[in-house]
Amino acid sequence: MNKARVFILCATIAVVTAAFAQAPTYKLGRPATAEEIRKRDISVAPDGAGLPAGHGTVTQGRRDYQTLCANCHGDRGEGMLQYPALVGGQGTLRSKNAVKTVGSYWPYATTVWDYIHRTMPYARPGSLTPNETYAVTAFILFLNGIVDEKAELNEKTLPRVKMPNREGFVGDPRPDVLTGKVDK
Amino acid sequence: MKRQGLTRRAFLTTASATLGAVAVPSAGVPQELGAPRRAYGERSPFEESVRFFPESITPASSYSRTPLQDLFGIITPSALHYEVHHSGVPEIDPRLHEVMIHGLVDRPLIFTMDDLHRLPSVSKIHFLECAGNSGGEQIGRPARDPQRSHGLLSCSEWTGVPLRILFEQVGLKPSAKWIVAEGADAGRLARSIPLEKALDDVLVAYGQSGEALRPEQGYPVRLIVPGWEGNVNIKWLGRVQVVDQPYMTAYETGHYTDLMPDGKARQFTFVMEAKSVITRPAGGQELTGPGFYEITGLAWSGRGRITQAEVSADGGKSWQVAQLNEPILPKAVTRFRFPWWWDGKETSLQSRCTDETDYLQPAREELVAVRGLNATDHYNGIKVWYVHKDGKVSHEQG
Repeated sequence: MNKARVFILCATIAVVTAAFAQAPTYKLGRPATAEEIRKRDISVAPDGAGLPAGHGTVTQGRRDYQTLCANCHGDRGEGMLQYPALVGGQGTLRSKNAVKTVGSYWPYATTVWDYIHRTMPYARPGSLTPNETYAVTAFILFLNGIVDEKAELNEKTLPRVKMPNREGFVGDPRPDVLTGKVDK
Repeated sequence: MKRQGLTRRAFLTTASATLGAVAVPSAGVPQELGAPRRAYGERSPFEESVRFFPESITPASSYSRTPLQDLFGIITPSALHYEVHHSGVPEIDPRLHEVMIHGLVDRPLIFTMDDLHRLPSVSKIHFLECAGNSGGEQIGRPARDPQRSHGLLSCSEWTGVPLRILFEQVGLKPSAKWIVAEGADAGRLARSIPLEKALDDVLVAYGQSGEALRPEQGYPVRLIVPGWEGNVNIKWLGRVQVVDQPYMTAYETGHYTDLMPDGKARQFTFVMEAKSVITRPAGGQELTGPGFYEITGLAWSGRGRITQAEVSADGGKSWQVAQLNEPILPKAVTRFRFPWWWDGKETSLQSRCTDETDYLQPAREELVAVRGLNATDHYNGIKVWYVHKDGKVSHEQG
């Protein structure tokens, strides 16, 4: 986002925020308690905000992965049928046969943790504990050569993991395909 | 022109007559009383158009496609609206459902469905299109009919509360810059959306073309993010968190990002650009002989209104302006039509459209020259149908 757009965005927000001071309130909705928010909020930011306390090692993750994940994703994360490969593809993103995996493509380790935590295993989404999630994430990152075999991940170390494709994303430049003047 | 279901329909008519069922020969007037009333309507048994979906070993994480070639006007019947789910369709009791708004707000609040129904509402007609719609066309695998090529597109009237009004209730803090919207499906699908858009035209919608949302479209409540890729229109909305940065969820990093030939991937490519497709005559259909046919199709743009649709019946050598049917609404499907006499010779039919930003829908080759073949989301190239001497229309040159 360029500076001009940032300025317009900030100006818009400032105006809207000011307008809210006079906005009608309808006294509908009940206050969300801190406890309700704590229970429902599972979001994890790339800087680690929202990660629950917990930890898991590659060794623990190897065991959990075999029980929870290998049935669909294969013993070494190679994937099968509709179940995507979790390993490989590093160095292929410029080629005609780019292989996009967690290891080659995903820019943040927090995203891997969050996705596993929300959606895995496929048939029982959201059933993993934080510790199991840290462990499985550690093992998958190990399979990709991103962390070493002795690694332990927790809420402090996970956001510090540098993913290979961390700098691989750019903003939206469209419209990028301009076909010249319209015949009118 | 034969519609696809004709053969089977003719068979059904014969079969029903043979069995002495209520169907009557088309030329006759019924001699018996018709069927009684019914509490919830169904379409005629002669109508058989359905959504298409392939077999899948993970049916809860898959899609179904709208039969665009069978539709009239611009509104998609809710029963034929396309679907994409990542953790299946939840069955949610609206009496228990709540939407929590929290994060960088002054007063975090929880709204029941009753609260949402009591707040000021609007109704807007908008298309929804999956980012991956017609992605096969980009990589040189053209699909054989409009449903298979462009059927991850639908258009409905959505009724709900502007998200801005809910933000007025909770009060935004000055540090608010993005929101994270999350579904109440099993996988709690979440996407980050810039606050600028959230305050502009995003709806918290509970109505779809006059009745409650269908479960497949997010019952009892969903986000409608007009003109933006389907995935951010969070279904089964359960939580909106106001934040200061995008949260980089899986569906805005690992998926729905477009890998370019230089190895960089475009991210947050939200808008679905101007696009059109001829739905009749189109692949899978058959012209019954030389003569008059009305060419019709759909055009839409995530940037606003469609201002022009053009048709070429000579392989793209010349383009003729088509008529746009009213209503022509921003970020909605617009139907175009064009009178055409077929001379019985091999030819091709294609359409392109222009939106109110003067953006013209590109040819596939122009798009591929810029974006390459590794990205298949957000494709909006021109679709070509080939008319063969025998009247058959297909996706392949003869």
